Amino acid sequence: MSIVRPKSAYFRGFVASLPFTIMASPFGLLFGVVATEAGLNLLQVMGFTVVVIAGAAQFTAVQLMVDGAPTLVVLISALAVNLRMMMYSAALQPHLGAAPLWQRVTAAYTMFDQTYALAQANHDAAPEASVAYKAAFYLGAATPLVPVWILSTWLGAGLGAQIPEAWALDFAMPIMFLAMIAPALRSLAHVAAAVTAVSLALIFAFLPFNLGLMVAALPAMAVGAELERRGYGR
Amino acid sequence: MIAMPASEVWMIIAALGVGTFAIRFSFLGLLGDQRLAPWMLRHLRYTAVAVLPALIAPLILWPEATAGTPDPIRLAAAAVTLAVGYLTKNAVGSMVAGFAAFYTLAAILG
Repeated sequence: MSIVRPKSAYFRGFVASLPFTIMASPFGLLFGVVATEAGLNLLQVMGFTVVVIAGAAQFTAVQLMVDGAPTLVVLISALAVNLRMMMYSAALQPHLGAAPLWQRVTAAYTMFDQTYALAQANHDAAPEASVAYKAAFYLGAATPLVPVWILSTWLGAGLGAQIPEAWALDFAMPIMFLAMIAPALRSLAHVAAAVTAVSLALIFAFLPFNLGLMVAALPAMAVGAELERRGYGR
Repeated sequence: MIAMPASEVWMIIAALGVGTFAIRFSFLGLLGDQRLAPWMLRHLRYTAVAVLPALIAPLILWPEATAGTPDPIRLAAAAVTLAVGYLTKNAVGSMVAGFAAFYTLAAILG
């Protein structure tokens, strides 16, 4: 493995992240619009986006607040949506665990589906790369996402822009994640894990608090791991 | 409309901020450079291909925009995205192909 300077790894992460940053911006816009229409003032909208900085959880919380759900239900539901990130945190630990504390704190604050998926693809491609390299790539990937997410929310809240239905924004997120995951299906073990996850997620979609996601993901990981153990991992 | 005192809104924002950060920091932050057991690492290698498909499968099959009725256009666009991504191993190309398929089909059939 040739030595790659962290600076160029940062730049590679930054560039890899740009297309997904563009895809994320309409969601920031949408959150700004939805949260403002729900009656939050600009400071509260921006508070959500900067402090929580997790799109799906923010939408969940605002929706439940509009529905008049008890505060505890709002908190549990929104945090349950974020539970998947505990698995991302665990999956990143073997690669970034030895990085300095400030880098791990920054990586945690900027842990999104996009940064995790980009980092995972990078780790799969270069598993032997140094911690400094992997951390630089991750932080590079996070760099465009954070300001664009925050600015687009602010624009949405300020402009109150109406987003045309024909854009089918609801479909942008599934397409984006499908595009990130399809290239990762590189062995029977990976495909079997994904098929298990999809089947169980559909079967358990009725569970409250988005718990179907966890019920589907954990056995799917076990299927992948077991097939890898039997030699189907590449 | 949200009928909640401002203090309660801020309480929710603060609690979600702390809780979300704790979830994100958990393993990465507290374990540091401890080495995990091989069986655990083996499971974690499949996190991405387990979590993300489980996250999007219901959204693709039962879109909110069609009140949960499966939509042939969305299903076809998802199939194109998956096929292009799997065959080319290129995430950006796959995303572009998926959107092109969606908007083309929506314009023709919509």
